[in-house]
Amino acid sequence: MQRFSAWSLLKQAFGGHRGWQPQWRRATPKPAYDAIVVGGGGHGLGTAYYLAAEHGMRNIALLEKGWIGGGNTGRNTTILRSNYLFDESARLYDHSLKMWRDLSQVLNYNVMYSPRGVLMLAHSVHDVQVLKRHIHANRCNGVDNEWLSPAEAKAFCPPLNIEHNIRYPVMGGALQRRGGTARHDAVAWGYARAADALGVDIIENCEVTGMRRDASGAVQGVETSRGYIASRKIGVVAAGNSSVVMAMAGVRLPLESFPLQALVSEPVKPVMPCVVMSNSIHAYVSQSDKGELVIGAGTDAYTSYTQRGALHVNMHTLAAICELFPAFRRLRMLRNWGGIVDVSPDRSPIIAKTPVAGLYVNCGWGTGGFKATPGSAHLFAWTMAHDEPHPINAPFTIERFRDGRLIDEAAAAAVAH
Amino acid sequence: MLLIQCPYCGARPELEFSYGGQAHIARPAPPESVTAEQWVEFLYLRSNPRGVHAERWRHVRGCARYFNALRDTRTDRFLATYRSGESPPAVPGTGQP
Repeated sequence: MQRFSAWSLLKQAFGGHRGWQPQWRRATPKPAYDAIVVGGGGHGLGTAYYLAAEHGMRNIALLEKGWIGGGNTGRNTTILRSNYLFDESARLYDHSLKMWRDLSQVLNYNVMYSPRGVLMLAHSVHDVQVLKRHIHANRCNGVDNEWLSPAEAKAFCPPLNIEHNIRYPVMGGALQRRGGTARHDAVAWGYARAADALGVDIIENCEVTGMRRDASGAVQGVETSRGYIASRKIGVVAAGNSSVVMAMAGVRLPLESFPLQALVSEPVKPVMPCVVMSNSIHAYVSQSDKGELVIGAGTDAYTSYTQRGALHVNMHTLAAICELFPAFRRLRMLRNWGGIVDVSPDRSPIIAKTPVAGLYVNCGWGTGGFKATPGSAHLFAWTMAHDEPHPINAPFTIERFRDGRLIDEAAAAAVAH
Repeated sequence: MLLIQCPYCGARPELEFSYGGQAHIARPAPPESVTAEQWVEFLYLRSNPRGVHAERWRHVRGCARYFNALRDTRTDRFLATYRSGESPPAVPGTGQP
């Protein structure tokens, strides 16, 4: 791996930048591996990286049916935060948020982590009570979160309209200063490059079409569009397609796959200093370093695998944003797209062993998985390597639905489900 | 936006409807003899297929009645709609009963 540094940049500049190598090999599948990760998004690539970097495994394949980072990793609105209500969630998401801090150094790849603050708005007495409850719960768990009055919110985010001339005036907000954004593509590429350097075979355009199990029921390997690949340890991180892949091994999951849309405006000069989100009226906006306003819309009502949704869902969000930010009314929207998110009944993920020996699953991230990428990958790699969950992800099992131990974060994802 | 054929009112835009999730899920009974696994099956496990899905819709801003539909989740194309209580119609070429 060519390390990136000021010196390497200078050296390559003198060579006309012709000396850069591809950042990962174009691997072809071997007949067998010690571990296989199915799904080349951020969570899957990170899993492969941590299996190699922290658990000493080298003979690992990552299988991706398309191109790495082409699913929800490349389609989300790049928001990072950890202000979740319940203890289990706070530990999980804060584990991840702490990992974002030095991820660029660890991977030697600039993931552009920007802790610019995430401001969640309140528009009713109920909102105020709910957000203050979140703040107190977060602080008990060592997660920073603080209450801002409308005037303080306006000072923190100047384009925000705090006048009483809108349908749902701003009554304050909860600010997590460590929250912010990161560059989504860089996360996928950074993990891919670092994993490849440790010997992980990243195999793109390789779709898993079936799973083989032995007489005892344990996994033996996967059938793919590029032939059979054997492994006794298989981790599935397939987001919206988790139900489909796990069904190949006879495992049913409590998931439904919905389209979730996002859109960006034409690029403008810096105008949004932070991330603003509102549960109640469904606004969700930040500004990329390129200058586009990045806007998250809601999920469509029905399950789908189409990676697209209906325009009225976007219009609903834009109406709210135009009320909250009158200055944005003249902006034109540049493009919109959809991703397929796997929503669990309690809106919390599953990072767990499965009833099938050797098969592990990391799914159910629903509408908010990007923020958890490093932590999720780190804990899932631990779970696969040790064949038991790390204490942080131990509550996030499939069996919690049978045992009634739900982690009901339905309110936390801040988008309409 | 989807155009949905209400079996009572005809084709109407998606905005007139609400989605009711997977169809043909029967509540297990009697409650005292239902196992935890059966409750999980009823409450949480869904087929979530990449293909033909039998699902409930409600024409909430029209006749307000529930009905069922067969829709291909790969394309969002409706293959058929039918009244509650009826079995899913055979749709040629989908392998669907």
